[in-house]
Amino acid sequence: MSKTVDLRIQRRLTPDARPHWETFRIPHRPSLNIIGALMYIAENPVTADGQATVPVSYDSNCLEEVCGSCTMRINGKVGMACSALVDKLQEPIRLEPLGHFPVIRDLQVDRARLFEDLKRVKAWIPIDGTYDLGPGPRLSQRDQEAAYNFARCISCASCLEVCPQYNDETQFVGAAVIGQVRLFNTHPTGKMNAHERLEALMGPGGIHECGYAQNCLEACPKDIPLTEAITQVGGQVMRHALLGFLKK
Amino acid sequence: MAEPRVIIVGGGLAGLMATIKVAEQGVPVDVFSIVPVKRSHSVCAQGGINAAKNLKGEGDSTWKHFDDTVFGGDFLANQPPVRDMTEVAPGIIDMLDRMGVMFNRTAEGLLDFRRFGGTLYNRTAFSGATTGQQLLYALDEQVRRFEAEDRVRKFEHWEFLSVVLDAQKTCRGICAMDLRTMEVHTFPADAVILATGGVGAIFGKSTNSVACTGSAQGAVYQQGAFYANGEFIQVHPTAIPGEDKLRLMSESARGEGGRMWAWKDNQKWFFLEDWYPKYGNLVPRDIATRAIHKVVFELGLGVDGQPAVYLDLTHIDPKILDRKLGGILEIYEKFVGVDPRHEPMKVFPGVHYTMGGLWVDFKHRTNIPGLLAAGECEYQYHGANRLGANALLSCIYAGRVSGVAAVEYARGLSNGAASVPASVFDQEKLQQEERNRHLLHGQGGENPFTIWKEMGRWMTEHATVIRYNDKLQLCDNKLVELLDRYQRINLSDQSRWSNQSLTFARELGNMLQLARVITLGALRRNESRGAHYKPDFPTRDDQNWLKTTKAWFAPDAGEPQFAYEPVDTSLLPLRERKY
Repeated sequence: MSKTVDLRIQRRLTPDARPHWETFRIPHRPSLNIIGALMYIAENPVTADGQATVPVSYDSNCLEEVCGSCTMRINGKVGMACSALVDKLQEPIRLEPLGHFPVIRDLQVDRARLFEDLKRVKAWIPIDGTYDLGPGPRLSQRDQEAAYNFARCISCASCLEVCPQYNDETQFVGAAVIGQVRLFNTHPTGKMNAHERLEALMGPGGIHECGYAQNCLEACPKDIPLTEAITQVGGQVMRHALLGFLKK
Repeated sequence: MAEPRVIIVGGGLAGLMATIKVAEQGVPVDVFSIVPVKRSHSVCAQGGINAAKNLKGEGDSTWKHFDDTVFGGDFLANQPPVRDMTEVAPGIIDMLDRMGVMFNRTAEGLLDFRRFGGTLYNRTAFSGATTGQQLLYALDEQVRRFEAEDRVRKFEHWEFLSVVLDAQKTCRGICAMDLRTMEVHTFPADAVILATGGVGAIFGKSTNSVACTGSAQGAVYQQGAFYANGEFIQVHPTAIPGEDKLRLMSESARGEGGRMWAWKDNQKWFFLEDWYPKYGNLVPRDIATRAIHKVVFELGLGVDGQPAVYLDLTHIDPKILDRKLGGILEIYEKFVGVDPRHEPMKVFPGVHYTMGGLWVDFKHRTNIPGLLAAGECEYQYHGANRLGANALLSCIYAGRVSGVAAVEYARGLSNGAASVPASVFDQEKLQQEERNRHLLHGQGGENPFTIWKEMGRWMTEHATVIRYNDKLQLCDNKLVELLDRYQRINLSDQSRWSNQSLTFARELGNMLQLARVITLGALRRNESRGAHYKPDFPTRDDQNWLKTTKAWFAPDAGEPQFAYEPVDTSLLPLRERKY
């Protein structure tokens, strides 16, 4: 008999439905990843015990770990389904949707909150316009390399999934968003509006909610030094608050 | 007339740039996208963006960039828009730099540039090996700022279904489907810009993202839009074959000194350097791809007898590799499990880029009034073969041009979309809902995923690197068969909530139609030019084929209709393309 792979997938067809589990047995292929397995199931929607079912819904796009879509819980740990190779996973492979976000259907979740939080902290450089205004500021190689680390954040929400403080109660923005504040607050132009971003992080859900669990660092698929950003931005917030207090 | 509204479909580089341009002119924009725009396929672009800034003292100029681009495209591109694009390119880099793109720097803190295929100059600005990601994020951030100021509305997780055409066949808005509720809605607009990317999924596996099906282009083609140069599909020489997709290994690997080789007589044979001493590993992609095919299939020198050759970086200092190519090394490591700093990578060509696309004029207007197109979904800049690092440039440039043109058109309308009777919108909505119903209640036993795989296999085998007329004809016969089977699709999932099978089935119908345009366009073009290569017609034939293919859909004809129009070659004289 040829080799097979067993998967157990947590399913719910609507946001309010009670989750249930389905088991699938699919043919093994070399370098098979979780996405490949889900694609197989889409074409052959039959459970391991021969019951007809429907294809599993999931988020995906680039399949090379740069679009940030396919984050899910794989054997209980947050991961990207595209770069998760079945040969490296213990079977049956358990797939569940992220727990810190509303489930849409099956493995699909709604991560709109992350993008809203990027708005809250004004994660952009307020340029005058897109017409010809000459070159941007000079930057040392060192500063570029340090900043590039944070610019690589794919908004996958892995860091938010593992954060004990990320919930509706705290409204904590989380490490990904603080990383972006680090990025823009050190850019020569972005710096000019650093105070706006810091003030956003002083309000509800701000940086004070961080409990320094440091789970974010390990969960990040891009190895972004998130705790470094939290420390740096935390310092900036402290200084900004102190200065504000002294000026009063 | 009231203040106009513009709709932009697609949130990749072209769509977001167009959004910014329109919003900047004070016109409100609605952006529709299948995925949150930050997750668009532009993030996959790796190597860089071309602009002749001449910061390396090489005497580079925008004219040389223009010449390289036209020559690289084997003279099929209209020359004036290419010239305009290359002239504006240095300013585009400055704009991106001001937006905060973390471009790599020189010791003096200036922008660094590297070499890419099809040129002898260091003309490519880059941000590690994730340049597309960095550019998209910069535009995404600017659009988020407009969104926070209520100047842009985003409709993410929405699928474009069709344009709404009035009795005069003028585009008055779009019809789209909410990918969660599966509800169909129409949205009026005075101008619509499609920026919906390439068509990689037509070939099954490609380097493209899942969303790159060409469905939107296929839909408007069936509504009367011309589709130009469909037969020109770029097969990138260096991809990693995979079960679910082909993953790109950027040309920048060779730009930074990477070498391609295969074993021959127990020695490393650097076949590109051997065959093309002047450009070496940096010949354009169509040429490198055909060379690899020759090495593997004609000479039988693939690695371990497999369809693969080596792409070797092991002679380069790992520290430099990490700084300039980190992103792609990480992809190879994660997906193949081998460290390319110490072991040569195994690569093989894969479908990568759509040179053809919706026909547009120099202002990016399609032949349907009120409908514009920008980016990979249109055909304007790359002729018969695109040069590396010109895609990001053309997307941003096209976004700028189309954004300005859309506002100009919308402001010039004497009667805007608001004047169109509601029945026009209702009718389109009913028609699209009917298609959903048909697909959801089909009982024929055909599986959309199976049809898709068959299409991909046939298209990859017969309509990519090497093309023969008899095979192309067989391929079209197959597509006709698949279209017939498509009518008998039976969806296992008939639910009305986030039904991804239904969406996919809809896309598949449009893919099949475009597949025919690609295949029959290739069948008719009896010459070899750029990426289009026929061994039976091995040379370029300017006498008969220096012209743009224009396909259009005739519902009763049973096959795509073709017309040809002359290429504007007013600026550069034709010459033989040799590297």
